[in-house]
Amino acid sequence: MEGFLINVLNGLSWGMLLFLISMGLTTVFGVMGVLNFAHGSLFMLGAYISMQLTRWISSFWLGLIFAPIIVAILAIIIERFLLRPVYGRDVSFQLLLTFGVMLFLDDGVRLIWGPAHHLVNPPDVLSGVFPVFDQTYPVYRLFLIAMGPAIGIILWAFFSYSRYGKIIRAAAMDREMAEIIGVRAPILFTAVFAFGAWLAGLGGALAAPHQSVGPAIGEHIIIESFIVVVIGGMGSFPGAFVGALILGLLGSFGATMAPNFQMALPYILLAIVLLTRPRGIFGEES
Amino acid sequence: MVGLFSKNFFVGFLVLILMALAPFFVTTHWVIILTEIIIMSLFAMSFNLLFGYTGLLSFGQAGFFGVGAYVSALTLTHLSSSFWVCLPVGIVGGMLFALVIGWFCVRLDEIYFAILTLGFGMMLFTLAHNWLSVTGGSDGLTIASMPVLSIFGHKIELFNPKFFYWVSLTVVSLGIIFLRQIVKSPFGLLLTATRENSQRVSFVGQNVRTVRLVAFTIAGSLAGMAGVLFALFNRIASPEMLHWSFSGKAVLMTILGGSSVFLGPAVGTAVFFVLEHFITSYTTNWMIFLGAILVILVLAFPQGVLGTLATFFSKLNGGRNSD
Repeated sequence: MEGFLINVLNGLSWGMLLFLISMGLTTVFGVMGVLNFAHGSLFMLGAYISMQLTRWISSFWLGLIFAPIIVAILAIIIERFLLRPVYGRDVSFQLLLTFGVMLFLDDGVRLIWGPAHHLVNPPDVLSGVFPVFDQTYPVYRLFLIAMGPAIGIILWAFFSYSRYGKIIRAAAMDREMAEIIGVRAPILFTAVFAFGAWLAGLGGALAAPHQSVGPAIGEHIIIESFIVVVIGGMGSFPGAFVGALILGLLGSFGATMAPNFQMALPYILLAIVLLTRPRGIFGEES
Repeated sequence: MVGLFSKNFFVGFLVLILMALAPFFVTTHWVIILTEIIIMSLFAMSFNLLFGYTGLLSFGQAGFFGVGAYVSALTLTHLSSSFWVCLPVGIVGGMLFALVIGWFCVRLDEIYFAILTLGFGMMLFTLAHNWLSVTGGSDGLTIASMPVLSIFGHKIELFNPKFFYWVSLTVVSLGIIFLRQIVKSPFGLLLTATRENSQRVSFVGQNVRTVRLVAFTIAGSLAGMAGVLFALFNRIASPEMLHWSFSGKAVLMTILGGSSVFLGPAVGTAVFFVLEHFITSYTTNWMIFLGAILVILVLAFPQGVLGTLATFFSKLNGGRNSD
């Protein structure tokens, strides 16, 4: 029972991080039609920048606020100067461009902060452990589990009720129609890409005390979030949530119940979903 | 067979002769680098049969490359020490895996195809990484002794880098000639047609899935063939050879050279390794350059090195396209 609960908690806390990354990925794909390989690297940058800020100003919370903003500013530059020229081109070339950006950022991080892994301590308020039956559980992970739904609800409210949220949804549903009724696509694209990057940066800043910060964390999470987005349905918000939870739990239960297969489980799930529902669980079949 | 007497044929023949003579003029160090370049060329060209000709972006091509590597390492340890067994077994291994995995993958296209091939490739990676008793886990399978290659009773020492280079050159050239025959055949035209407009291909009564599956299987077999050589070259088959980032290498080298020209991926591979060689002698951060180069290529030269040169020369020739 304890083992079960611990697995659920571990799965949920990882799932919540995946959810933040996948939300950005799926919004960018839904509106712009670009599958961003560099999204995991933006997550990684969020983790590194928050680590650096925490060291300089010794405040986790300020790092949490400013790191995602810095990542979003970088994303605006990437969108404006690199992505914009290739919108009209083949999907493969957009994928390759973001692949190049990913290589650049991953190695750039190695150049600046070195290849070693860095540890970040959670803030004092969240650094203790919490009793779960006979065992203890880090408070920080419980904080992550709470943050997931909190951010999810804020995003849901933003997309459902705010003007900008509605514009983004409209553009995701039918870009041409949105442009006809006066949505300015270039600005919208920049904003959406920056928003996705902000979410990735936020995820990274939140992930920093959860796991060690190293140059490979972006590469690791991007593949898992691709799987989340694809099995949930590309461009679907509930899909990203459900997909992230499934993948998070699959990871934690797989690690204890089928350690030899754990690495393969997400890919097997991906293949099964793609072959039975090619547009994902929440996707609309064309 | 008009093609046999064309200008391209003579240029190709000349390049082949020069390549064959290269070990007499360069140091052993460069012979080894050239060997890696020609092996990886075949890998990149097998990828480009799918990408450039059929319009399918596969991120799992390393899976079949790795199958070739592992199957040949296993054959050498358990079955036979002959090169004549190890090479065909590796090719058939790549072919069978590609046939089964392709059967699923060709149902999808565009991004979904890319993601699904990535998924299957990573399943193969996990298999190699975790099936300790057979694949040696993350350490991989070392090849203790090189296979025996005898031609008409004449034994060729594969330990010698020069001889291994010539053997690789022969095998890779045969693979490339085979690919050339494929893309110039009516079936090759059908592949291009599926890339341009798959709906029309099915309107004229062709089964798009079957066409794609055949291309996928051929590409997998050739990747397996390159994998056999690569395992022998490194004296090891290791899980990294199946990882999606290794598939990414094939993508990179193809874009670097140009996906729209037949020999583009091979030229891209050469440029890739020569660049890597020079840049890593100054800095360990080679990936940052690679990323920047890729971004610049996609933005400014989407046709790649050879593609851009080909367009340039065909303009010089007064617009006559030589290929």
